[in-house]
Amino acid sequence: MYKGLAIIFGFYFLGEITSMLLDLSVPGNVLGMIFLTIALLGGAINIDDVEREAEFFVDNISIMFIPPGVGVMLYFGLMKTEIVSIITALILSFVITLIFTAKLVEVLR
Amino acid sequence: MSVFGIFLTILVFFIFKKLYSIKKKFYLNPVLLSIITIIVVLYTAGIEYERYMESARILSFLLGPAVVSLAVPLYKKKEVVKDYSIPIGLGVVLGGLVAILSAFLIVYLFGGSKELLLSISPKSVTTPIAIGVSEQIGGIPPLTAILVIITGILGNSVGITLLNLSGVKDKVARGLAMGVTSHGLGTAKIIQEDKLSGAVSGLGMALNGIFTSFILYYLIRLLLWL
Repeated sequence: MYKGLAIIFGFYFLGEITSMLLDLSVPGNVLGMIFLTIALLGGAINIDDVEREAEFFVDNISIMFIPPGVGVMLYFGLMKTEIVSIITALILSFVITLIFTAKLVEVLR
Repeated sequence: MSVFGIFLTILVFFIFKKLYSIKKKFYLNPVLLSIITIIVVLYTAGIEYERYMESARILSFLLGPAVVSLAVPLYKKKEVVKDYSIPIGLGVVLGGLVAILSAFLIVYLFGGSKELLLSISPKSVTTPIAIGVSEQIGGIPPLTAILVIITGILGNSVGITLLNLSGVKDKVARGLAMGVTSHGLGTAKIIQEDKLSGAVSGLGMALNGIFTSFILYYLIRLLLWL
């Protein structure tokens, strides 16, 4: 278990350091994910060493974004004044993106 | 008092997850219902968000390792990438761009604030990544989280119907469109229809998260400059 956690947090740390040192706009955790994927593909890390721990995190990811989500209570004022543009943008953009992507991939196949 | 936040979050999520496992309806989305319930409790009890976060922050900290862990499901789908590299690659890049640009332009035309423009741009990206991206580009992460979840619920509730109306039957196309547009909640729905569609959808979600986090900062700066 600690081997898997050490790998995950190690790559997280590596991603954070890289993002900071290179002053990138990409979040450190996303860089960590990319580095870990490359390490798995290249065979530097064995999938059996991280699979169980990684799946635990991924399976429980939903509860982790509840606290930041609750933070929306600080922005009710902003949401109220812009509610029409928010609803229109969410619905229209959803319809456009879904149909565009589906049609595009269908043509490419 | 300080333990209250994390306890409340776990308890409320446990209850709504249980409810969702009994009745799988899109309007019973456990994350959204938990957020609403916790806000109501905090308001009623007169507890400030900062106070709630004292202990609840531990949960959101775990988003870091959880995003890194997404490498494992991504790695496991390497065969799917090999088989459909061109449609998936172009679908993610162009679909991801359309998701950002359409939302940005609509809010812009409505005369929306800069905060909203920045917060809504990553709305098609999976929530844990979108929160980080929103922070990096100067948006409001909590607002982004809500907009992302609503986009996911749209895909989960009417995504299949819309795909049927569009007449697209190809399984890879349906899966990728769902993953790129409505991330995890879209994937959860389309996987019930077809396994290949589900795998492609999960892949589209992960790759769009990576793609968007790399380009959004520069794209937004370009758009605001224009």
